[in-house]
Amino acid sequence: MRRICFTFLPAALLAAAVVVGAQAAASKTTLSLVAYSTPKDAYGKIIPAFQATAAGKNVSFNQSYGASGDQARAVAAGLSADIVALSLAPDVTTLVKKGIVPSNWSRNAHHGMVTDSVVVFVVRDGNPKHIHTWADLAKSGVQVVTPNPFTSGGARWNVMAAYGAERAQGKTDKQAIAYLTKLFKNVPVLPKSAREATQVFASGKGDVLLTYENEAIYANKKGVHTEYVLPQQTILIENPVALTKSGLKHSEAKAFLKFLWSSKAQKLFGDTGYRPVLKSVAQSAKYRFKQPKTLFTINAKALGLRGWKSVQYRFFDHSSGIMVRVIGH
Amino acid sequence: MATSSAVTVARPAGLAGRMGGGIARGMAIGYLSLIVLVPLAALIWSSRAHGLGAFWDEVTKAEAASALKLTLVVSLLVAAFNAMMGTAIAWVLVRDSFPGKGFVNAVIDLPFALPTIVAGLVLLQLYGPNSPFGVDLAFQRTGLVLALLFVTLPFVVRAVQPVLLELDREMEEAAESLGAHRFEVFRRIVFPNLLPAILSGVALAFARAVGEFGSVVLISGNIPFKTEVSSVYISGQIESDNAAGAAAVSVVLLLISLAVLLAIGAFRHWKTRHDR
Amino acid sequence: MIAKWALRLGALGYLAFLLLVPVGLVFYRTFEHGFHPAWAAVTNPQALHALWLTLLIAAIAVPLNTLFGVTLAIALVRHRFPGRGLVNAIVDLPLALSPVVVGLSLYLLYGTGGWLSGFADHGIKILFALPGMVLATIFVSLPFVVREVVPVLREIGTDQEQAAETLGAAPFTVFRRITLPAIRWAVCYGVVLTTARAIGEFGAVSIVSGRIEGKTETLPLYVQSQFEGFNTTGAFAASVILALIAASTVVAMRFFRPKEEA
Repeated sequence: MRRICFTFLPAALLAAAVVVGAQAAASKTTLSLVAYSTPKDAYGKIIPAFQATAAGKNVSFNQSYGASGDQARAVAAGLSADIVALSLAPDVTTLVKKGIVPSNWSRNAHHGMVTDSVVVFVVRDGNPKHIHTWADLAKSGVQVVTPNPFTSGGARWNVMAAYGAERAQGKTDKQAIAYLTKLFKNVPVLPKSAREATQVFASGKGDVLLTYENEAIYANKKGVHTEYVLPQQTILIENPVALTKSGLKHSEAKAFLKFLWSSKAQKLFGDTGYRPVLKSVAQSAKYRFKQPKTLFTINAKALGLRGWKSVQYRFFDHSSGIMVRVIGH
Repeated sequence: MATSSAVTVARPAGLAGRMGGGIARGMAIGYLSLIVLVPLAALIWSSRAHGLGAFWDEVTKAEAASALKLTLVVSLLVAAFNAMMGTAIAWVLVRDSFPGKGFVNAVIDLPFALPTIVAGLVLLQLYGPNSPFGVDLAFQRTGLVLALLFVTLPFVVRAVQPVLLELDREMEEAAESLGAHRFEVFRRIVFPNLLPAILSGVALAFARAVGEFGSVVLISGNIPFKTEVSSVYISGQIESDNAAGAAAVSVVLLLISLAVLLAIGAFRHWKTRHDR
Repeated sequence: MIAKWALRLGALGYLAFLLLVPVGLVFYRTFEHGFHPAWAAVTNPQALHALWLTLLIAAIAVPLNTLFGVTLAIALVRHRFPGRGLVNAIVDLPLALSPVVVGLSLYLLYGTGGWLSGFADHGIKILFALPGMVLATIFVSLPFVVREVVPVLREIGTDQEQAAETLGAAPFTVFRRITLPAIRWAVCYGVVLTTARAIGEFGAVSIVSGRIEGKTETLPLYVQSQFEGFNTTGAFAASVILALIAASTVVAMRFFRPKEEA
């Protein structure tokens, strides 16, 4: 009996040795891409496109996709990465602090941002509850789905979009925070990540989902029956990409990074619902997305947004942040 | 599955036997240390990295305390419910006979063998907003309890079955022939013999419920102060870059689980000794 | 009579509601769109590699835990040593630990800045590679062989072993010819349980794997990535594979379990 139980092991180990040996035999440059989950389909097309260019010949890729924060933590704990593509800049900043990404990562024509998007309202087909404005979200009887801002980068974009939208409509800081409290009273569940929030919404919970525009487009493509509303005031989401110190050692990695800002790659991003950052593509007919009346960034001083560092501390510090009071009602 | 309780038996004679046994035992304990103790030590160490004051703060934070309380209450509830239903199921599987019993017996272990993420997915589809049964138990405590009942189903059943099989029926039959009611027979003769096994099954069910993550993370909604259990809270702390807080709450959970397991072991030991 | 039927209906109804319906749904959702999409979802290279990796990890973790389990069971039952009760409880502890905590402690130990991070510095990858995943799997599937063997060892007693020793048999011969055959069913049952747990492990492995596609993605992780990509058929099809492996170990359990039916 135990012989049967134990037969697995020698055969398995032998086969493993063969597999490892085969991999060692192929001598190519291998780059490691560690990314958040949403652009998986996009990179699935961009990588072969890169490999078809002269710079990309004989380059193979290890790819890892997961929640942005989880991926940053994994890289900090030692996960090999040459290129990191994360959901928001603070996740790259943590890697800079750990000495994995050089501090000048964003010094290029696009400030290190490879794709844009905006916060939108996803509603059921036909928008039965007629949700169009931020005020509609705070009405009684409306259920809003958004991830937990302490665990999800996407949720932080949502919160700052809501806050900024109120400020853009002339409210004071105090009033905007009061709005956030009203909004979160309508939030029945707090999924851990943006993708999980989409899943929860798709499973039938809630009347409106706050999420990235590209996530809304992606869900639609995959057959989820929803539509999305672009609010009049919303925040510009910018997704960073950076080379790590180990990536800088490979000219192929630098070439890949450059390729991400090429017209071909930007169009491929556009095909999966992202707003391209390359002007020539963003202004072309096919990829021209609707612009909201008021589009602000995380650096909109006039609206009380002074960049991620201050916002992160003021709103999302896990003991003293504003959101601790807002959610813990 | 019975909880291993220590019983003393004579050592094998001879120095060679003792040395060989000693080496083997040493290696086994070394293995246990490398796999379990050293990582846990790293965890405990990191939880006290900022001092005991910070440790206490993390554990007594409102959200942490609320998650801990919810976890313990729900796990005890689930364990108690399992004690009842698990014994009933074991009884039916051992003492009863009906078509398909073999099949039922075979699938009891499936909740144990299925990955937790599949369990969570499926329960959400069945009892969530798009439920074919018209119920919506998701994102509330009921959904949480349901998921935990699913993953702890096999424990009490599998602990009670072997004991029930070994039970000598003569005493029961004697009592019945003397006029005792069937329920009295169960209460006074069968149940005391089953109690240690039920308890060890309950301990396992409790332990599993306390640590369960994959199946509850979807269906419970993870709402702080309402449906957020400790394992989800801990994961949230890690994701908010508060590894020290996560480690602190983990250590408390660990200590409570260890205490429960030791208590059950001691109770069983006392009970079996008592019966001798 | 009524009590008998009430009990039967109660227990079976509970089982149907809680167990059979969910498992049935998994199968239904897999084949909802026909056999081909489900088949394609589990025979693509990524899925096949995930299946292979899952089986490989189990093939390493299970024999190690078996060897350890038998050794420690004998030590716990046949020998007296200080701390025996505590070791007993520690063996059961992996069952109680949340997989998140398991993953976290492995990060703290083997990750950058951890006590054993030296391995990575010298090119031996533990985290985000096979060794880390094997360690996590061993951790969570540790208790089962021990817990199956201990009660049997207690039950069979030492009479035969002592008799063999007084007749002059060496300790290892005693073990090989008397102890081992007596516990062989318990060992195999423990092996089957350990395998089921190792194959189905999701939480702890997901944290230490790094999710490198085609390299460190096990089948449960593949299920999650399919689910995240809205490929529900793929997610459920891979789940069916896992359920089938689990079911075959359960069927194996039925052969190895000493007695379960009156």
